[in-house]
Amino acid sequence: MNPETVSGDTVIDAVSAVFMVVGALMSLGAAIGLLRFPDLMSRMHAATKPQVLGLFLLLCAVGLQMRTWWVWPVLVVAWIFQLLTVPVSAHMVGRAGYRTKHLHPELLSADELEAVVQQAAGERGFNEDGEPRRD
Amino acid sequence: MMPIVLAVTAVILSLAAGGAIIRIARGPSLLDRVLATDVLLAILGAALCIDMAVNRHLNNLMLLVAISIIGFVGSVTVARFVADRRRHPHES
Repeated sequence: MNPETVSGDTVIDAVSAVFMVVGALMSLGAAIGLLRFPDLMSRMHAATKPQVLGLFLLLCAVGLQMRTWWVWPVLVVAWIFQLLTVPVSAHMVGRAGYRTKHLHPELLSADELEAVVQQAAGERGFNEDGEPRRD
Repeated sequence: MMPIVLAVTAVILSLAAGGAIIRIARGPSLLDRVLATDVLLAILGAALCIDMAVNRHLNNLMLLVAISIIGFVGSVTVARFVADRRRHPHES
């Protein structure tokens, strides 16, 4: 394949094909992480891959394939919307998971919420299981 | 080149959707199922993106935004009302 015969179209096609395959592999990685990781927090770590980077790569592939400039702002808006909503839902799921103790405490390297929870429970007169204090 | 890419990504996304569905079926807690449903929606969005890129149209873009809204509202709502009903905590 001579450098003269490689047109810009072929290059753009190849780049977008690579983006599509890598973006699909992000989904596969998330599925493998969901199946293999031991608890909710580590599964949440795996689940964010297709939601942010996978979507970014696939939207780039769409923009490259359309060959027009005006689709890029629309794609950026779609991606930014995903960026705004994913952390909120991940925060809610992680908070509910912490409160209902869906985690292995021995696997955590740091638990900064534990001290805050203990302090708040002490101030409000509850023990650490959420029961009212009897003494 | 595009039919090959379409076939490869179809196989990859089918495997990924199968894994997410296994986690939805098996998932020990409700939050695991919510998380796997989110991943399944992301895989669906990826399939819509690949359809747009291969066939060079933009018809699915609103559907993509709608899917992300559905995932957001669903997981936030379920996480808000989840309760711990297990006998032994930390079993996950």
